[in-house]
Amino acid sequence: MTPPPDSSGGTRIPQVTYHGAPSLAEPVFEVGSLSVFYGAHEAVRDVNMTIGRRQITAMIGPSGCGKSTMIRCFNRMNDLIPGARVVGKIRYHNEDLYGRDVDPIEVRRRIGMVFQKPNPFPKSIYDNIAYGPRVGGFKGNLDDLVEETLTHAALWDEVKDKLKTSALALSGGQQQRLCIARTIAVKPEVILMDEPCSALDPIATMKIEDLMEQLAQEFTIIVVTHNMQQAARVSDRTAFFTADVDDKGERHGRLVEYDETERIFSNPSNQRTEDYISGRFG
Amino acid sequence: MSPGPGFLKRSRPRYGEGAIKVLLVAAALVSVLTTVGIVIALIPSAVDFFREVGFGEFITGTDWSPLFSPPHFGVLPLVTGTLMVTLIALVVAVPLGLGAAVYLSEYAHRRVRAFFKPMLEVLAGIPTVVYGFFALTAITPLLQDIWPVGDPPQVFNALSAGFVMGIMIIPTVASLAEDSMNAVPNDLRDGAYALGSSRMQVATRVVFPAALSGIVAAIVLGISRAIGETMIVAIAAGGRPNLSFNPLEGMQTMTAFIAAAGIGDLPTGSIGYRTIFAVGLLLFVMTLVMNLVSIRLVRKYREVYE
Repeated sequence: MTPPPDSSGGTRIPQVTYHGAPSLAEPVFEVGSLSVFYGAHEAVRDVNMTIGRRQITAMIGPSGCGKSTMIRCFNRMNDLIPGARVVGKIRYHNEDLYGRDVDPIEVRRRIGMVFQKPNPFPKSIYDNIAYGPRVGGFKGNLDDLVEETLTHAALWDEVKDKLKTSALALSGGQQQRLCIARTIAVKPEVILMDEPCSALDPIATMKIEDLMEQLAQEFTIIVVTHNMQQAARVSDRTAFFTADVDDKGERHGRLVEYDETERIFSNPSNQRTEDYISGRFG
Repeated sequence: MSPGPGFLKRSRPRYGEGAIKVLLVAAALVSVLTTVGIVIALIPSAVDFFREVGFGEFITGTDWSPLFSPPHFGVLPLVTGTLMVTLIALVVAVPLGLGAAVYLSEYAHRRVRAFFKPMLEVLAGIPTVVYGFFALTAITPLLQDIWPVGDPPQVFNALSAGFVMGIMIIPTVASLAEDSMNAVPNDLRDGAYALGSSRMQVATRVVFPAALSGIVAAIVLGISRAIGETMIVAIAAGGRPNLSFNPLEGMQTMTAFIAAAGIGDLPTGSIGYRTIFAVGLLLFVMTLVMNLVSIRLVRKYREVYE
């Protein structure tokens, strides 16, 4: 794999080999030679990939392959981890995401994130949704925004009579959908989801997946998942990561194969991908 | 081969277990029993006091001179003295203490925190008599020197006593409040950052409300220490009961009176002696009420995160 060419504008040709044309969407992110370090340890090594607009991109791979580290680069959440350092480039609509004058707060208003464990604020359902708009200086009718957002996230009917009760009274699946709703309330362009269903039961998982597919009509979604069926069900493109162990026993994540989901799961071009998806490893 | 009957019985005796439990219960009971004992010890003499002095006169009277003749038993000057000094202390300690807590919990680098927090706690270990002389011999002269308008503070005054008391309780407030903010799960911070919050917004809108119960507990403990503090006020605020709202004047607090009367030569059983118990009981009731009120407030406003 070669890193993407520097700036120079114009339509960019994705750097990872694509086999099918239909899913070649307009790029939102272009990742070039990206490595992430925690202190001296290189957790993710030399990743190159392009994320298409209004697609669902899944990142799969065994534990410790760096996929969660990777997804946290897209909204600069890694900034918050002491000792974390990003080398290489992520371009977001041709802007260098790690450029000198880029404000991570602005980045995160455009690129929202949903976490592994549902983490609603210990506030009312209403205040959870209103939080993002409030800190962003939203001027307008908050009541309308809350209703619109909850409807959008297919949660309104379940919670409309208890907007003032604590979000923690909701079930785990509802909490996670509330967190998704909270994210879309600030009207981001991209939603990052870091194993959003790993703490949920199958029915709650299904509801989240339905929601993801619906949201993909307006949002660009990147999802990290342990669940390969989930990747197969919801995503347009799938990136398979794995970890190489060096002679010191340290694990370095790297991107092995990135392609249309259908192809990854039916006819992967890399042996390691095939081993992983067929359950022979990982 | 199946084991014989009764194979699940205790295989070897565990002495100690019962004894340890008794010891631990005793340890827990000491503080409870002490509190109860103090109340019981206060009540008889306080009751004797109120047989001679009407409760109304005690609680509403504006002249406190129990050892003069004729004596006056109006406790208000002591109460206002206590409240004045406590209020000044809080004005100093709450913003500085909470500011330090927010800084240490939300802004400071791990290494900075590892250095600062123990330092802060050292401040809590300085004997109060040292603070008292610091107020009298350093802060009061300084205030007198720099006082811009009107009459400068008197030699004994509530302001410098309250100010130094505030400095004294900063570590209590800061340390407990920091513990409570630090205990807020990082999940919540991540969630807030991911929505585009600044550090300040995360601290004030997410962490602070979630940690509120601990923060209020920290402030209440600070108030309790301020109300109960004796040495600083005895040294720096003077020994004259003074019903005044001017912090530049000297005034006596309830604790300072108890200390002064207690180490004096009052005959046991005299009315002057019993005033100590009446004032002590009032002090106890005031702290108790404050604790109850703050518990209610916390229940109402805190955001429970688990």
